[in-house]
Amino acid sequence: MGAQLWGFPMKQFVLTTLNGLTLGALYFLVASGFTLVFGLMRNVNLAHGALYLLGAYVGWTVADRTEYWLLGVAAGFAATALLGLLFQVLIFRRMEGQDLRQTMVTIGISIVLADLMLWFWGGETYQFTPPEAIDGSLALPLTPNWRYPTYRIALLVAAAAIGVGLWLFLNRTRVGMMIRAGVDDRAMLAASGINVQRVFAVTFMVGAGLAGFAGVVGGTALSIAPGEDVRYLLASLIVVIVGGLGSISGAAVGALIIGLAEQYGLAYSPTYGAVYTFLILVAALALRPQGLMGRRA
Amino acid sequence: MRTFKGVLTAATMLTALASAPAWAQDTIKVGGLATLEGAFAVMGQDSMRGLELALKEANYTAGGKKIELIKGSSDAKPDNAIKAARKLVEQDGVKILVGPLSGSEGVAMRDYAKTQPNVTFINGSSAAQETTLKDPAPNFFRFSTDGVQWQAGLGEHAFKNKGYKRVAVVAEDYSFPYSQVMGFMVDYCKAGGKVVDKFWVPIGNKDFSSIIAKIPDNIDAIYVALGGADATNFLTQYEQSGGDKPMVAGSITVDQTVLSAKGKQRSYLIGTPSAGPIADTWDDPKWKEFVASYKKAFSDGLPSPSLFAHAYYLAGKAMVTALDQVKGDLSDNQKSFQAALAKLALDTPTGKVALDKNRQAVADIFLTEVAEAPDGKLMNKVVRVIPQVTQTLGMPEAEFVKMGPASRDNPDCR
Amino acid sequence: MTIALPETTLAAPALRTPADAALHGRIAKYAVLGLALLAYPLAASDFWIVQIGAQTLFMGTIALSLMWLGGYGGMVSLAQLTFAGVAGYMVALFGVSNHPELSLGWPWWAAVPVALLIATAFATVTGMLAARTEGIYTIMITLAIAVAFSLFCRQNYAIFNGFAGFAGLHPPRLFGLDLRAPLPFYYLCLAFAACAYAGVVYVQRSTFGLALQAVRDNPRRMRAIGFNVYAHRVAAYAMSGLLAAIGGLLLVWFNGRISPDSIDAGPTINVLVMAVLGGMVHPIGPYVGALAFILLQNFAVDLIDPERFNLVIGIAFLAIVLASPDGLVGLWRRLMRRRS
Repeated sequence: MGAQLWGFPMKQFVLTTLNGLTLGALYFLVASGFTLVFGLMRNVNLAHGALYLLGAYVGWTVADRTEYWLLGVAAGFAATALLGLLFQVLIFRRMEGQDLRQTMVTIGISIVLADLMLWFWGGETYQFTPPEAIDGSLALPLTPNWRYPTYRIALLVAAAAIGVGLWLFLNRTRVGMMIRAGVDDRAMLAASGINVQRVFAVTFMVGAGLAGFAGVVGGTALSIAPGEDVRYLLASLIVVIVGGLGSISGAAVGALIIGLAEQYGLAYSPTYGAVYTFLILVAALALRPQGLMGRRA
Repeated sequence: MRTFKGVLTAATMLTALASAPAWAQDTIKVGGLATLEGAFAVMGQDSMRGLELALKEANYTAGGKKIELIKGSSDAKPDNAIKAARKLVEQDGVKILVGPLSGSEGVAMRDYAKTQPNVTFINGSSAAQETTLKDPAPNFFRFSTDGVQWQAGLGEHAFKNKGYKRVAVVAEDYSFPYSQVMGFMVDYCKAGGKVVDKFWVPIGNKDFSSIIAKIPDNIDAIYVALGGADATNFLTQYEQSGGDKPMVAGSITVDQTVLSAKGKQRSYLIGTPSAGPIADTWDDPKWKEFVASYKKAFSDGLPSPSLFAHAYYLAGKAMVTALDQVKGDLSDNQKSFQAALAKLALDTPTGKVALDKNRQAVADIFLTEVAEAPDGKLMNKVVRVIPQVTQTLGMPEAEFVKMGPASRDNPDCR
Repeated sequence: MTIALPETTLAAPALRTPADAALHGRIAKYAVLGLALLAYPLAASDFWIVQIGAQTLFMGTIALSLMWLGGYGGMVSLAQLTFAGVAGYMVALFGVSNHPELSLGWPWWAAVPVALLIATAFATVTGMLAARTEGIYTIMITLAIAVAFSLFCRQNYAIFNGFAGFAGLHPPRLFGLDLRAPLPFYYLCLAFAACAYAGVVYVQRSTFGLALQAVRDNPRRMRAIGFNVYAHRVAAYAMSGLLAAIGGLLLVWFNGRISPDSIDAGPTINVLVMAVLGGMVHPIGPYVGALAFILLQNFAVDLIDPERFNLVIGIAFLAIVLASPDGLVGLWRRLMRRRS
């Protein structure tokens, strides 16, 4: 029953751990945009899952027509970034300060988007064709030839790269500095003469674009179908609340915890595994509502 | 306030008028209920195509009367299916209701039928065993086979012809897969096969990597009873993780909706055996004629009618035939119409269909294998036809019922 | 703040003043509405009485529990349908169902109070977990509880019968009347809805209700004065649990069944849509919202492509939230004000 180490099924454990890490990587990609938008604009974008799915569909259509997967990835990012920009400038800008109302609007947007996508792309499952280089399976080092999907390793690498890229963006660029300042003290940011609306627009654009990017990348791993939007929205919510709303490193930590919890749950306790993930969230909110790395608002 | 009261009075008067029964005596109102909302909309649409095809073939006339089809929509949730059914029966005044599509909706429909004895309910494609086996309703007729019947003959074929002596099961954790696994295991265990382990996956789970890691190496094949998106994901992820065991498939695991999923071709599925109520590429002339008329009538349909279209087609055909027999007379609280339905021996594109004492269909089942059609698409080709499968799979009813309902641990042959 | 909230109302003084006239106006409005609701079944068919009328009344009650907590308590909770579901499952487990091996088979006068009690207790525990959170965190934790509970029910076969749930749930026969028959069921729902509505109207102007609204507006100040903010919030959850439980009881008697998909994310959002659509400014709002939603749900299939039902609901919801933050009731009030 697979290789055993001191009677413990090692292969299953190692593979499950890897699965948890790579799933965590995907969750980080999805959740990073969400936490960025909340951190700065206190806008809980419950349409984030719908943006994920939209990016995935658009990316699929482009990749299918042009036969270039990478072009699909870019298209997914661009489409949702543009839509995010439109939402911010046309709708959310007028509702500043009305947190609950903004949340309600995002719920409405998510319902409408979900049905429009169902209308346009139908109910079937869509599968991507990743480039040969990252398709197939890799032999894992230091093991008796255990194989692991190459794509998931690539996903892990991509998430790390995006994480580093986001860190650089926030800490080493001017815009990033403005965003960080705005997260700390929005009023002061405006007072120091910076065009806050432009910063908001850029942030929402990046956040939404990240959702679309994650959609293509995640869709290639796990395929896309109606219902994925709700799934990734719930996952993002859990990840950022556990990790800390507004914190990118919190999103990374939260994603890791949730990814591992989900996979261990599925492997070792499949019946109630999913319930445990939600109970982690309830416990986190009850005990440390600001999250592991978050600050009290 | 005056206007509010006025509006309210006017509204109630209008609705009272609107709900008065239609006075046209030469029209029979028939309700068609399928999952036209949500992710199951594709299957729902195809179901309607099947029903409409049956009605079209009869020129929307039966027993000398005109048939008026009123569509109802559900989203696979039993609560909403019953609400839609109530609207069709109590508000739109349908005399016959064809539907629903999914298993749990069917169980709820059986209970609703008991509260409406003067309306006839003909099943769509819902395939839960319980609907006709446990406390059946006297006015609920199912001309399609249930999930257990669908797997008849597959277990024996897997053991004897394919040589799979040890199998692991991967299936979704709810009632329909339980019945599919039961249908497979009744034959398989009797032939001598061993089901080493069962992996029940929560509904909606897309990431099978940890399940795949648990699948033991000392098996000959994996029995997979997943549907739609889950099946597609599992197959991709299994191949990506270097898995190489052959598969035995449940009925909806290699349905047209999975075989024609956009994207990578499922070439590694070729040769997978399965069983179900239809087979896409059967040589039989009647089946070919059915496929041809489906294609001609619906240019926007699937490449081949799905089992949903087929089931709803059977329901429509049964209804029309029985109506012809009683000359459209539903006046005696539909007693003679229901009697005609119960005694019906229908000649269908998939063979003879008749009902047992619980008004459950006894019909032929198709043992299939996935093959590549000349145009490169994947189809299910017929290996053998298992004739006239009963709901108890040929066992005496008492013995069958004694096995207990299908569940996570029942049946078991490790 | 954000979405408009109900105005805190106080009793009118004894002198004959404009306030008296307003009171008399309000009594007249209630009288007309009450009469219309009582007389409604005389003019409507069975379908309209039960599927539209009764359903609006009990779904409105569940939405009222959300409005109570959100409007007067300032806590938008997505666990209201879960409380209703707990009551439904408990009545199935303690009472009679089509699974005699799982249900205890108690008579209705024992099963119903126990079910309501357990649901209220569940709501109290939820309140204890959620009362320290605010805004989106409250939405999150209540949504998590809702999804966790429905997932648990789906996976557990030993008690909750998993995916299939329970069927065969009927209201009792009282005085020879089958309470599930259209007329009795409608009046049953009307009676409960009227009690729920009256209860909310009464409590919101009681000392507790006023304190709760003050806590909503400025918890820091209330804490400074010496009020136990946490206890007030938990008590509000408990009351919302009772309201939702009543609605849930009628819901399972209407459907005759309960299963995990009756209480998962989809129906949960529907309850929120009803409350917001109607407006969280007045207890009549959730009933108005429920009516609008149920009418759309039943007749959209006739007017537009049934496939696009969700699109229509989503657009209607968006339109209301963008145009009128206090929902349909707010819209109505603005129209009335413009006329006078």
